[in-house]
Amino acid sequence: MTFYTFKRVAFTLLFLSVFSFSFASNSKDSDSEKEFDAKEMIMHHVKDAYGMHLFDYNGHSYSIPLPIILYTDKGLTTFMSSEFHHDYNGEVIVEKNGQRFVNIHEKIYKLNDGETAVTYDAEHHPTNAERPWDFSITRNVFMMWVSVVVLLLIFLTAARRYKKSGDYVPKGIASFVEPLVVFVRDEIAKPMIGEHKYKRFMPYLLTVFFFIWINNIFGLIPFFNGANLSGNIAFTFALALCTFLITTFSGNKNYWKHIFWMPGVPVPMKIFLMPIEIVGMFVKPISLMIRLFANITAGHIIILALMSLIFIFQTIAVAPVSVGFALFIGIIEIVVTAIQAYIFTVLSALYFGMAVEDAH
Amino acid sequence: MELIKPGFGLVFWSLVTFAILLFILRKFAWKPILGAVEDREEGIRTALASAESARKEMENLKADNERILQEARNEREAMLKDARDMKNKIISDAKEEAQTQASKMIEQAQAAIESEKKAAMAELKSHVAGLSIDIAEKVVREELSNKDKQLKLVENMLGEATLN
Repeated sequence: MTFYTFKRVAFTLLFLSVFSFSFASNSKDSDSEKEFDAKEMIMHHVKDAYGMHLFDYNGHSYSIPLPIILYTDKGLTTFMSSEFHHDYNGEVIVEKNGQRFVNIHEKIYKLNDGETAVTYDAEHHPTNAERPWDFSITRNVFMMWVSVVVLLLIFLTAARRYKKSGDYVPKGIASFVEPLVVFVRDEIAKPMIGEHKYKRFMPYLLTVFFFIWINNIFGLIPFFNGANLSGNIAFTFALALCTFLITTFSGNKNYWKHIFWMPGVPVPMKIFLMPIEIVGMFVKPISLMIRLFANITAGHIIILALMSLIFIFQTIAVAPVSVGFALFIGIIEIVVTAIQAYIFTVLSALYFGMAVEDAH
Repeated sequence: MELIKPGFGLVFWSLVTFAILLFILRKFAWKPILGAVEDREEGIRTALASAESARKEMENLKADNERILQEARNEREAMLKDARDMKNKIISDAKEEAQTQASKMIEQAQAAIESEKKAAMAELKSHVAGLSIDIAEKVVREELSNKDKQLKLVENMLGEATLN
């Protein structure tokens, strides 16, 4: 019963948050006629943002306001992103706790004491403001939590199926989940880590696989406004860091021996290989981080760029071509969502396998 | 450049969220799911193994049955042969016995006949002798009752004796 209550509460929260639009008037009505800047539009979509922008209607922007959490030398400061009134050009100044904050290209800056307006240097960097510690629930964090709720709904429901039916026959959502779980176990964990040691890493591999996959998928759904979580380097950095830490802390004697004193090669070679192996230790997770980030971001950029063609040429005639190509890329991207999740998991498993491999 | 600089806040929330997700899923999803899958696989493995062993047992049983049947058949064959042999032996024994018995009886009978014959002969002899004496007595009496005849007889006898 408690599970259903939890489900209902989750949906209610989602529902409420979608409909609590902030009806703030757009402060740049006058700029709406300005020339279309494809690069800015694409970057704006690919990067993180405060508040979930949903759509523009009648000169108004509608978005889900999200909390902004800042830590400055005066302690924690929180307010809703709607207080910026959709401004991200550093024009609207929010005063809290006697501090002034502005949003410059979806980065919050704290104005130095006494300043009332932002001044920029030649490269358009603010000169009289600095960044506070920013723990804001941005749209990526928000979408991450939505994906967590969805993942929990899927997998806890599936797991409950097994508890209920004593005969362990998968039914309903469990019959959808089980082949994927078995796939991760039999095609990723077992061959990469080995029959005897894979069990320890299964929870991590399964979680990372489904977490990346679902966020890749969410990134493709236009309604979520392309919250590009798995195409954000911070997210991929966090996951790659987890893989790196697990690899390093589960490394056995044999693993470290392969790094610092490669067995089976002459001594000069051992000395030559040592720095390469040490660099490799770090390059492996970094490659994981960049691969996932670059693949997902590239997909988003291509689709957005194709769509931008319509506005660059300012003719509807380009639309069929743009939509056709975007559809084509979109279908490829659907495959890529799974492939990238798979690659990240496989490589993580491979690194774990190297770390726990016995001397042969 | 902005794009490839990890934002601190998102890294923080990603790590926290991922850790919580990992904890919850490990405890409430992966454990039961993987456990159930493994249990099922184990069940299938044991079921297959037991089916295989049952099949083998069945085969053994079948072989045993075959063997026992063959043995029984052989035994029956042997028993039949024994019986036949015994029958033949009994018959031949009986025949032999009968033969000896018969020959013995014949011998006895012959012996009895012989002795009977001898006895009969002896009796006949004595009887004939008595009879002959009686006849001779009667004849002598008859003959000697008449003087003439007595003389005649003597004459005859003398005549016979002279002839000899």
